[in-house]
Amino acid sequence: MTTTNPPAAVVPPLQKKSTAAGRVRQKLSSRVATVIAIVIALFWTIPTFGLLISSFRPANDIKTTGWWTFFSDPQLTLENYNEVLFGGSASSGQLAGYFINSLVITIPAVLFPMAICSLAAYALAWIDFKGRDWVYIMIFALQIVPLQMALVPLLRFFSQGTEIFGIQLTPAWGLSDTGLFIQVWFAHTCFALPFGVYLLHNFISELPRDIMEAARVDGANHPKIFRSIVLPLITPALASYGIFQFLWVWNDLLVALIFASGGGRDTQPMTVRLAELAGTRGNEWQRLTSGAFVSMVVPLIVFLSLQRYFVRGLLAGSVKG
Amino acid sequence: MATVTYAKASRVYPGTERPAVNELQLDIADGEFLVLVGPSGCGKSTSLRMLAGLEDVDGGQILIDGRDVTHLPPKARDIAMVFQNYALYPHMSVYENMAFALKLRKTSKAEIDRRVKEAAGLLQLEEYLSRKPKALSGGQRQRVAMGRAIVREPQVFLMDEPLSNLDAKLRVQTRSQIASLQAKLGITTVYVTHDQVEAMTMGHRVAVMLDGNLQQVDTPRALYDTPKNVFVAGFMGSPAMNLKTVSLVDGGADFAGIVLPLTREQIEAARTGGDKVTVGFRPEDTDIVAASEGGLPIVVELVEDLGSDANVYGHAEIGGTSERFVVRTDRRHMPNMGETIYVKPRPDKIHLFNAQTTDRI
Repeated sequence: MTTTNPPAAVVPPLQKKSTAAGRVRQKLSSRVATVIAIVIALFWTIPTFGLLISSFRPANDIKTTGWWTFFSDPQLTLENYNEVLFGGSASSGQLAGYFINSLVITIPAVLFPMAICSLAAYALAWIDFKGRDWVYIMIFALQIVPLQMALVPLLRFFSQGTEIFGIQLTPAWGLSDTGLFIQVWFAHTCFALPFGVYLLHNFISELPRDIMEAARVDGANHPKIFRSIVLPLITPALASYGIFQFLWVWNDLLVALIFASGGGRDTQPMTVRLAELAGTRGNEWQRLTSGAFVSMVVPLIVFLSLQRYFVRGLLAGSVKG
Repeated sequence: MATVTYAKASRVYPGTERPAVNELQLDIADGEFLVLVGPSGCGKSTSLRMLAGLEDVDGGQILIDGRDVTHLPPKARDIAMVFQNYALYPHMSVYENMAFALKLRKTSKAEIDRRVKEAAGLLQLEEYLSRKPKALSGGQRQRVAMGRAIVREPQVFLMDEPLSNLDAKLRVQTRSQIASLQAKLGITTVYVTHDQVEAMTMGHRVAVMLDGNLQQVDTPRALYDTPKNVFVAGFMGSPAMNLKTVSLVDGGADFAGIVLPLTREQIEAARTGGDKVTVGFRPEDTDIVAASEGGLPIVVELVEDLGSDANVYGHAEIGGTSERFVVRTDRRHMPNMGETIYVKPRPDKIHLFNAQTTDRI
């Protein structure tokens, strides 16, 4: 029989039904609601704005008056920034060097998990092997383990290796100085994997099966499918995971403190230094304001530059129905 | 170009008892256009995917050009497939979509360019080569999917309901394009569809499947004229054949007192299936006669005027139950609704089936 289906009955354009949800939706998109939203946004920005102004005010002013006095008595100085970034005294900044350390720690600690997670997620989603579901469930379940629990074992793993019943399985890594970077990368990568695999697996397994099969019929093997088909199609997920991991590592204090502190100013990231900046008794807290802004610059850049990968509808036009 | 052979190929999905494809035995000649047709879930798509290498083969063999490919991956089989929903690579332009397979085989740039341009010319896609799939209409996407297969110059084309996502008019148009394209390229093609009109119009031969079993393979004409069993008889043709199981009496088949005469041999053969026989006649193989001539009285329920002729739907009481019938009439004898017409099947066009085994007598 010729399936001459009549064109599906013309669906009336989604009219604003007067359901409860519809009414709320309508109210939320009204002009008043927009104004309220803007006001709230401004209100929430005020503390950050105050921090920004404070960072440019002389140390004495910060300690004696509120940041809003700036409007009646505008006094600006770059002294705080100069002190945190390049200051000579032991307690004052030298953030420039730590800034580099932070970058050295963060970039590999973002790229490694991204690479490993996407590969693992692809394998778990599209390669059939025995026990695949169990492996995935195990990885997923690892998210429950708080990373604080793993700190001591991991530290032992680095410093003494692993042994079971007196048999040495892995040797001690014996890292020191800048070698400690390897420890931090390793630790961050380990802690990032469960969530990354989970996130990317969700995304990759949603790719249409037909595309994968078309590629296989076209003669592509798994590495080729991964590189030519999967990677381009999951850039939005990769970008959001990248940003997430970047912020996490960049702002991390705990892991860095434990695995990278040994190297002193050669390996410590900015967060460790910032925690010390205020002085042992918090007496130098004018430095915190400028320090905070120095550390905020990079995440902002990363966020804004990766934003263009958040593209919707990458899959449009591929498969119908 | 190549022959394709299914040698008792079976597929059993894990966790199921009944095979999705049961010992399929099918020889496809070089350059042949073979259509696999059947209702949904009959195993036609599975058969195709087994040939593509996308589905495991649990028993038997599949040969392409005499070479055993049963356990080879898709890339080692030299086949190209057109998917039902096209499965274009959304991030690649039309050109890249078509060139993808060739690039993987390390074909030279000039050769890729030549082949893609050629296929694009064949499919009227030249002006869209730089577009992404999402900027194309349904029909254009379908042609890109075809083009992706054509540039491969494969041994076998596999097409999995490639027209089912097009609207009716485009489907008819593309149907003839595919058929003529296949004739021009001369590449062995296996085409899956659930639409028996597509099967009849496109295939050199048609294989009808049901529940994983091959029912009959033959030319469209032979399938239409001599269906091997009740299922094939009912499946091929639109409107469907009138198929009724009635009592056998001495002179023939008994339609509520009106006896359809059968030969002695026919009756003998039908007796093996008990005292009933399944009689089939196509709507167009009937004559409307006067009441006195002893036709089957049918009360008209619906008349479909097709312009050149008309399909008349109605019912008749047979053995206490109301049975539905379809007959085709020309325009001059178009009955009205509610009217009773007397219908006589043409005796030489009657199909008889064993009532038990449903096989043709």
